[in-house]
Amino acid sequence: MLKDKDRIFQNLYNDNGSDVVSSKKRGDWTNTKNLIDKGRDWIITEVKASELRGRGGAGFPTGLKWSFAPKEVGLRPHYLVINGDESEPGTCKDRDILRFEPHKLIEGCLIAAYAVQAHVCYIYIRGEYFVDGEKLQAAIDEAYEKNLIGKNASGSGWDLDIYIHYGAGAYICGEETALLESIEGKKGQPRLKPPFPALIGLYGCPTIINNVETIAVIPTILRRGGKWFASLGKAKNTGTKIFCISGNVNNPCNVEEEMSIPLKELIEVHAGGVIGGWDNLQAVIPGGSSMPLIPQKTCETLTMDFDSLVVEKSGLGTAGIVVINKDQDIIKCMARIARFYKHESCGQCTPCREGTGWMWRMLERMAKGEASRDEVEMLEDVTTQIAGHTICAFGEGSSWPVQGLLRHFKKEIEQRNNFNPTFDKGKNIPYLVDQHLLNKKDA
Amino acid sequence: MSLRRPSKEQPKNFEFNPDSLEAAKAIIAKYPKDKQQSAVMALLYIAQKQNSNWIPLSAMKCIGKFLDMPYIKVYEVATFYTMYNLAPVGKHFIQVCTTTPCMIRGAYKLVEACKEKISENENELSKNQSCSWMEVECLGACVNAPMMQINNDYYEDLDKEKTLKILDKILTGKTLKPGSYRGRINNEPENNRKTLMDLKNA
Repeated sequence: MLKDKDRIFQNLYNDNGSDVVSSKKRGDWTNTKNLIDKGRDWIITEVKASELRGRGGAGFPTGLKWSFAPKEVGLRPHYLVINGDESEPGTCKDRDILRFEPHKLIEGCLIAAYAVQAHVCYIYIRGEYFVDGEKLQAAIDEAYEKNLIGKNASGSGWDLDIYIHYGAGAYICGEETALLESIEGKKGQPRLKPPFPALIGLYGCPTIINNVETIAVIPTILRRGGKWFASLGKAKNTGTKIFCISGNVNNPCNVEEEMSIPLKELIEVHAGGVIGGWDNLQAVIPGGSSMPLIPQKTCETLTMDFDSLVVEKSGLGTAGIVVINKDQDIIKCMARIARFYKHESCGQCTPCREGTGWMWRMLERMAKGEASRDEVEMLEDVTTQIAGHTICAFGEGSSWPVQGLLRHFKKEIEQRNNFNPTFDKGKNIPYLVDQHLLNKKDA
Repeated sequence: MSLRRPSKEQPKNFEFNPDSLEAAKAIIAKYPKDKQQSAVMALLYIAQKQNSNWIPLSAMKCIGKFLDMPYIKVYEVATFYTMYNLAPVGKHFIQVCTTTPCMIRGAYKLVEACKEKISENENELSKNQSCSWMEVECLGACVNAPMMQINNDYYEDLDKEKTLKILDKILTGKTLKPGSYRGRINNEPENNRKTLMDLKNA
């Protein structure tokens, strides 16, 4: 288990209050000016040395991303955008940072904005987190008042303005280009890449987009050194991470732990074990709903980091762990996730707009045992026709969980849906049901 | 994609009241010059707040003029994002999360409670016209599942009985303390905390 002194988010459970005074006691804002005085190159080198990978799901190296920003500010200003749209089922880590460690985030914004030469920073928060957003706004106001940000922020000579922009319930706005569209006041539909936002982003200007957690760990990394951060976890998967453990466990919780921690330790030690005991475990979704599930036998030895989960054909994603025990119907669980994706597809690309609904309807019938034998293969075919054929990664995100289900639980589906339409004509089974005929009227 | 239809009964006119106007101007100032379109999402929220929690078409027209952008662009935004209510909802608007992490901890029991106490169907006003409820997708409080949102506040760690009690109070017009209803502090593992113990005991 990680030592308490190595935890970055000391106030994760709000033991000490989130205002500027108590934040300073925890070490925030203590020598921000000195850190900035060391210069852009030092900051970026240090972040690169820490091997910090983005915490929003894709795991892109942060130092590298920052170095993509143009070295000189041309006619177009640079922007820094913080992605706090956290909507991935199973994930609720950014919310705790917004409400309990806002000053870590604001300080991180200042340092990151200086490193990428931005004078304006937008923090995009999902609309449902309105109350948590107000707490962040209060912290921003405090920071302005103490001149920690604003003109000549913290005495560093750099000007920075931070604004909050609320989303309004669209999962897709967590995708970086959709998020930019949303800030520009349009529908949140992703843009084609390239051009990448680092060159042409918000209002057509160079923009760096980072997750809330990524930015909030930056000040601590710079204070304690990139080497310290890199010494935690394992090579290329360094540092600490907030894990959200939800689902069928005795004590669902958020906990900050070292990367590469064994999954079993997370569940048994921190989350109080699976309901009904470890043997009652059916499967685990390791990184938010878009990552393929992992069956029980793999969970025994699994370590939680980007690379070892890729080996298991899954991913760390946002580290939102959903534990599903044997009391649950796994097909129903995945059908509900498919409904989520059907609801949240932005409708821009046909394979995703139509395919997500297809997958949901098929899974819903499979959960009831109303699908025919050959439809299992058809479902697999549908998933491969969505993944990789869309503008953004939503196509992958929606089809991976279904592929994971088919990979590990195909037998269960086939057992339940073992009827052959040419023989069982008498059975009145709705084949190609229109989505509106299913149990929800205006889903 | 979600299917969203504007209400059939629309008020003829909508104007921002002075408070809303001031708030709207403060929002526009956040964005660069000539980029006032960025404020459309915030302005829709302001209109929604002013117009008892839903947005009529006339408000979209008003915002379009206010921000110097075509009405259809405002309409696009208002119909794309699910938090803009295009038809009247209750003064207490209850949203129950039923996505998988909540579902496997019994979110549909909460839905049953809503059906018993408020209305048989989603988006229908309760008998005393003060509440309505709907199922929504993940609200991002998965470790506090099952949970629901009433207006802006999160009510967490619920079960059917607690939900019934909360709804009873809400129906009589009382407001309740948000947060966990099992007495735990924020997102810590209940009775099983192993980390940051010095701070807890300090």
